[in-house]
Amino acid sequence: MNGIPMEHGLVLAAILFTLGFAGLICRRNMVFVLMSLEVMLNAAALAFIVGGTAWGQPEGQAMFLLVITLAAAEASVGLALLIQLHHRFKSLDVDAANRMRG
Amino acid sequence: MSLLPLTFLLPLVGTLILALSRGTLNARASAVVGVASVGLAALVTAWVGWTFRADGGTGVDMTLWTWLSVGDFQPAIGLRLDGLSLTMLSIITGVGFLIHLFAAWYMRGESGVTRFYAYMNLFVFSMILLVLGDNVLLLYLGWEGVGLCSYLLIGYYYQTSANGWAAFKAFIVTRLGDVFLAIGLFLLFRALGTLNIAEILARAPEVWNEGSLEVQLAALLILGGALGKSAQLPLHTWLADAMAGPTPVSALIHAATMVTAGVYLIARMHGIFELAPTVLYLVGLIGALTLLMAGFAALAQTDIKRVLAYSTMSQIGYMFLALGVGAYDAAIFHLMTHAFFKALLFLSAGAVIVSCHHEQDMRRLGGLWRRLPLAYAGFVVGGAALAALPLVTAGFYSKDEILWEAWAAGNGGLMLAGLVGAFLTSLYTLRLIIGTFHGEMKSDNARHAEPGRGLVHGLPLVVLALLSTFIGAGIHPPLEGVLPSGPGADAHGVGHTVLGIFAAAASLGGLGLAAWLFLKRRRWLAERVAGGWEARLWRLWNQAWGFDIAYDRLLVRPYRGLVHVLRNDIIDRLVLVAGWMAWLSHRGLSYTQSGKLRLYATSMALGVTVILLVLVLGG
Amino acid sequence: MTLLWLILIPFVGGLLCWQGERFGDQAPRWIALATMLIELLITLGLWFHGDYHLPQMGTASEATRWSMEWQVAWIPRFGIDVHLALDGLSLVLIALTGFLGMLAVLCSWNEIVRRVGFFHLNLLWILGGVVGVFLAIDLFLFFFFWEMMLVPMYFLIALWGHSGSEGRTRIRAATKFFIYTQASGLLMLVSILGLVFAHHANTGEYSFAYATLLETPLSEGTAMLLMLGFFVAFAVKLPVVPLHGWLPDAHAQAPTAGSVDLAGILLKTAAYGMLRFALPLFPEASQAFAPVAMTLGLVGIFYGALLACGQQDVKRLIAYTSISHMGFVLIGIYAGTELALQGVVMLMVAHAFSAAGLFILSGQLYERLHTRDMREMGGLWGRMGSLPGFSLCFVAASLGMPGTANFLGEFMVLFGSFPAAPWTVVIASGGLVLAAVYSLLLMQRVHFGPAKGEGRFADLDGREYLMMLSILALVLLFGLYPQPLLDTTGAAMLEVQQLFGAVAQSSTLMTGAP
Repeated sequence: MNGIPMEHGLVLAAILFTLGFAGLICRRNMVFVLMSLEVMLNAAALAFIVGGTAWGQPEGQAMFLLVITLAAAEASVGLALLIQLHHRFKSLDVDAANRMRG
Repeated sequence: MSLLPLTFLLPLVGTLILALSRGTLNARASAVVGVASVGLAALVTAWVGWTFRADGGTGVDMTLWTWLSVGDFQPAIGLRLDGLSLTMLSIITGVGFLIHLFAAWYMRGESGVTRFYAYMNLFVFSMILLVLGDNVLLLYLGWEGVGLCSYLLIGYYYQTSANGWAAFKAFIVTRLGDVFLAIGLFLLFRALGTLNIAEILARAPEVWNEGSLEVQLAALLILGGALGKSAQLPLHTWLADAMAGPTPVSALIHAATMVTAGVYLIARMHGIFELAPTVLYLVGLIGALTLLMAGFAALAQTDIKRVLAYSTMSQIGYMFLALGVGAYDAAIFHLMTHAFFKALLFLSAGAVIVSCHHEQDMRRLGGLWRRLPLAYAGFVVGGAALAALPLVTAGFYSKDEILWEAWAAGNGGLMLAGLVGAFLTSLYTLRLIIGTFHGEMKSDNARHAEPGRGLVHGLPLVVLALLSTFIGAGIHPPLEGVLPSGPGADAHGVGHTVLGIFAAAASLGGLGLAAWLFLKRRRWLAERVAGGWEARLWRLWNQAWGFDIAYDRLLVRPYRGLVHVLRNDIIDRLVLVAGWMAWLSHRGLSYTQSGKLRLYATSMALGVTVILLVLVLGG
Repeated sequence: MTLLWLILIPFVGGLLCWQGERFGDQAPRWIALATMLIELLITLGLWFHGDYHLPQMGTASEATRWSMEWQVAWIPRFGIDVHLALDGLSLVLIALTGFLGMLAVLCSWNEIVRRVGFFHLNLLWILGGVVGVFLAIDLFLFFFFWEMMLVPMYFLIALWGHSGSEGRTRIRAATKFFIYTQASGLLMLVSILGLVFAHHANTGEYSFAYATLLETPLSEGTAMLLMLGFFVAFAVKLPVVPLHGWLPDAHAQAPTAGSVDLAGILLKTAAYGMLRFALPLFPEASQAFAPVAMTLGLVGIFYGALLACGQQDVKRLIAYTSISHMGFVLIGIYAGTELALQGVVMLMVAHAFSAAGLFILSGQLYERLHTRDMREMGGLWGRMGSLPGFSLCFVAASLGMPGTANFLGEFMVLFGSFPAAPWTVVIASGGLVLAAVYSLLLMQRVHFGPAKGEGRFADLDGREYLMMLSILALVLLFGLYPQPLLDTTGAAMLEVQQLFGAVAQSSTLMTGAP
């Protein structure tokens, strides 16, 4: 194999994950929160692909499919929550929905 | 079957009728029940006394039932009639009846007299049990019972807070003494295994050597009880305040009967005191100190009843002095004559007080002798007996006897204290009479005095007046064989006569000085007392040497402070710290539950990072 | 079988009351009254027909130790039986429960107007639990009833209580009561299990039976630990001073009937527990612990008395006096002489009457004045008919006036303890003065002094008058002729004394030559 070294792929995945996480904890708008989550999921999927390729195993791609499915499910549930949020609070700010604070 | 139990059952029945009437009895019916029950008891006592004489003074032993029985602890509800208890019984029912009779006049027009007679009858009941009980536990029952009645009667006019607190003080101070007595009883029972008085007296010399520590302790504790009840130093402070009660109460409880219970107790337990000579000496010493202390205090009082209260303390001091030199019979003799003349004085004072519309301050009385001849006569006869006017009064004979016994016991110091006390007594007695009945009338209450009329008013005064003269001294309590005879019993002679002359001189000297001071040099006296060291001395005596203030500072205030500090239950608060901590941690943790998604995510990431770091670095 | 019925009657009666509410508010009251009357009558019947002068220990086999017994297996795998037994001590206490139960029903006749049926259900279930405690001699069953009393009591305080001043709500008081007693009950459960396992280790079989466990040999340290578990459980209930925090709140906030039951009976279960379990099961450890227990008793006497003086709330004052009186009980129990133990029984009975009397009176006071704050009272003597007179009598009983049963109880304890612990008794006697202080303070503040208003309040009606008169008569009867009572409990107390006192002699020998 003389393609891209595994480390490069993993670093890219880590950077993507960090960017996604940064977006998750910084943004208050629910749309961006969801997008950040997608980025993090894709970062994790990328790491699986890189790993699968590096070791020549098919499971990496299987996990990728799983993650894609998960992301789709998450997105649909997330968007449903987003609509509810907008419906109830007239806002997309997730901090507005802190009714369960102690 | 002796009629003895009837003596206390009759007053008890009276109490029950009055207490359970629930307001259905009017004032007149209450008075009839209250007076009649004691009157009948007096008749029964007369019958009992007559049979006692007829039987040759063997007395009666009667066990009604066994109170309780656990192992050795078997006190009975049992009665013992001997010369000593017969004497006390006669005083209680006889003088008690006269006082009840007088009370029917005194309490006329007051509301709620049912309560008054119920308490009075209950008092008579308890007092009779006290003197008749054949074991110390029954004696203690009477002892506490009279204390309770005293409390209730001092606080009879309950609407005034001060009366209530005076009653409170009286009960607590005497209770302090009672606790000493109780501990003494525990000690006696542990050592002797019995509570019966006769058995205690019989066993004590077998178990204890003379002067052994335990018997001294027991005697000391019993003395503690006697000091509280008889208002002797240092537990005397309650008696003067106890005058807040109706005057017949003062006459019955705080002069004739209850306060002399301490004297009775020591005489009754003489066997214990004989084994503890040091404590017996202490009894005499306390008596002497009290009689002087109270004598000076009586000189500086302006309230008629307070003068009489301090004179009561002083006279009981004489009795203690007599006990202290082993002259038990002299003490009981003085107890008897004192009951006569002090009851007379108090009833006369009551007559003055009611006649003058409840005015009892000498500074606002005066010049009453024409208006109130009967009360005046009572005061003169009673005062003469109190001052021990030689030969014609009962007080002279009993006091002379005490002085003689003290001298015969070789106790010159105590005798001297007694002589000085006699001088003081004459001084304050005449001051009282002059202040109340002579000079000008100092207030409208005195000017509009209405003399009392009727048999219930006059009869008690006349009878008691007769008993206060040498006639009363002719009654000899049948104490032979009950109490050991005093040291001077068989040594009458020239010495006795000489001492009698000295005593007469002290008495007459006091009277003379008082007449001179209070009749001739009145203005001079008033000027001297107005300022300077005399004023300070006057104030000191007026406050009875400042015991009240000292006790207030030393005991009452610290106690109240402690109560105040503990009021909110500190220990409970400490336990609550546990609950408070739980609450605090709940608050702390719930603060992290902010409801902010971003914070949760951050904390989760941090947690994951920390765990990973630990795994990587630690692994 | 009678014993089982003694327990079942209150429970069944409670259910009847609950359902009886359908027929109006009066029905539960009458049913409850009848239930307690039947309970009392059965007990009195047992008293008159039974023989409680039992043969002394040592000469008799175990079978004759109880005058009545009833046993059926419950969980045989662990050796748990439903084992009930009656001796003089439990008989007296059950009779007391019956009598005070009637009083509790009577005194809430007009006070309770909401959910009358459920109230009486709770009231009767408490009493049923108490009777169970007095009868059970299987330790598991004992624990079962012990916990059983708490729940209805919690509801009684929480649902029908009065909310006091300054944030002292009835819910809070009920919770406090529940946590204190539940936590201490847990300790007792641990001790019971520890004892059972110790027995298992010795013999290889499980048993919760009192008679079996009585003979379990224990090492000194284990015995002390297990004894402490029992002691703490009972000490919370008695209460002993550092663990008393629940009592004033619970008393002050509970309805009158609850206070009567608490002071009259529930506190007595603790003393009963000590006499029946803590002392006989661990005689050596108890003997070693006695000085500490007596010191705690002394602390209780004085602490309770001091605090009683500082209260403004009538019921809190009375609650603290209970703590003070229970100090004497504790001293008497651990002094362990026959006289002291008999005194403890006497004092328990006497305190039940006098405290119940005072609580009922303060309830009646509350019904008339709608306050329990003594600052708003004063000068009530002439304005309330015979209520102040009764107050006076019960106050006198509470301060130990001779002639009342309280006097005999206190003095028997003190006389009996004096040979065992003279200094303790001397100090405890000081408590008698403080008893006078707080008792008379109550009279002084409530009934004496200048009147704070015009007019008269309603006099006691027939029901109230009869109730007070009957308690008073009993106080005086036992104060002047206590022998029937003492004879009944004599055998039981002698047994405790022999178990406990035998150790006392050997331990003094041991400490005499260390």
